[in-house]
Amino acid sequence: MTESARRQHKVYAYAVLRPTPEAARAVAVLRGVADEQVGLVETGDLAAAVGPVPAEEFEEGALKAGLEELPRLEALARGHHGVVAGLAPLGAVLPLRLATVYRDEDRVRQILQERRDQFLPLLERLAGHVEWGVKVYTDPTDSLASDAAVAAGATGGEEALSPGRAYLAARRRRRRGAEEAWQTAARTAVRIAEEAGGLAVGRVAHRPQRGELAQMAGGETARGGKSGGETAGGGKPGGENIANDAYLVPADRAEEFRARVLAAAEGQPGVRVEVTGPWAPYSFALPPEPTARPEPV
Amino acid sequence: MSGALDEEDARALAGREVALIDLLDRLLQGGVVLAGDLVLSIADVDLVRIDLRAVIAPVDAEHPAPLLL
Repeated sequence: MTESARRQHKVYAYAVLRPTPEAARAVAVLRGVADEQVGLVETGDLAAAVGPVPAEEFEEGALKAGLEELPRLEALARGHHGVVAGLAPLGAVLPLRLATVYRDEDRVRQILQERRDQFLPLLERLAGHVEWGVKVYTDPTDSLASDAAVAAGATGGEEALSPGRAYLAARRRRRRGAEEAWQTAARTAVRIAEEAGGLAVGRVAHRPQRGELAQMAGGETARGGKSGGETAGGGKPGGENIANDAYLVPADRAEEFRARVLAAAEGQPGVRVEVTGPWAPYSFALPPEPTARPEPV
Repeated sequence: MSGALDEEDARALAGREVALIDLLDRLLQGGVVLAGDLVLSIADVDLVRIDLRAVIAPVDAEHPAPLLL
């Protein structure tokens, strides 16, 4: 890279992997966060997938401002994920955090060398594994239905109550219903964790999902209740997300894992379980620490 | 190197439109943290998490983070 090109570009790093011919072929068809051609920076037995990005968009100030706007953040996240997901099928990849930017390729090489002893064992551990996301929700649709059923059954007795007492009784019932739904969901979450633990080699608990964005999420869903069964795609929004876990699973047992988790949620009224993935092992690209659980915000 | 995924997994990984929140869970909390050069403070994306908290994860009295079991 010439001196002037260096000033105009920075190097965005996506993932660390092995420098194989397959990896070289895979990056050749990938475009990155700035629609740039992705390439490999190699140093001995390690490589990083990187791409040149315009300096003016990826310097600190611009990036900071950009990341605070959801559309820009989404574009960056999807661009980053596109490269990681393109490389993940090779078998072992360490996804880097969003917006990891370097001055030039020499700096990337230097980091690869410095952290070699950390990256190699991690790559070894993650080889041939995929990540599944498992989210457990309370299901308001079901608890409302059971609430209605209880209400219908109790009407006879309540006719005798004064409006105030009837109101309080209904409120107690609703609260009890919500508590029961929460308890059932919590029990189901424990059962799923046990079931999943039999196949997974790692687990990371993410923060339960809240807010606007959570309403738009929807993976593959198993709903409890009489209907039971498995609904592919677009789970209904609503309900409280009480567990949001990531599991590291051997790739050859991935289907079994998914099926077992969905089955563990069958027949539980008031509970909805979503399985997402397979993902590149994003949640496991950190060395295991005593507290793998992220701090709550 | 062993452990290549089968074709179906490969397609699933590459071609799927994923929910943004699931992606952000992973991109903002997971992943190796490599200190970048000139954008050191950006690599620590906690900044983003705080500013976007209203969209991603509002914390209020009605929805305290429940204990994970």
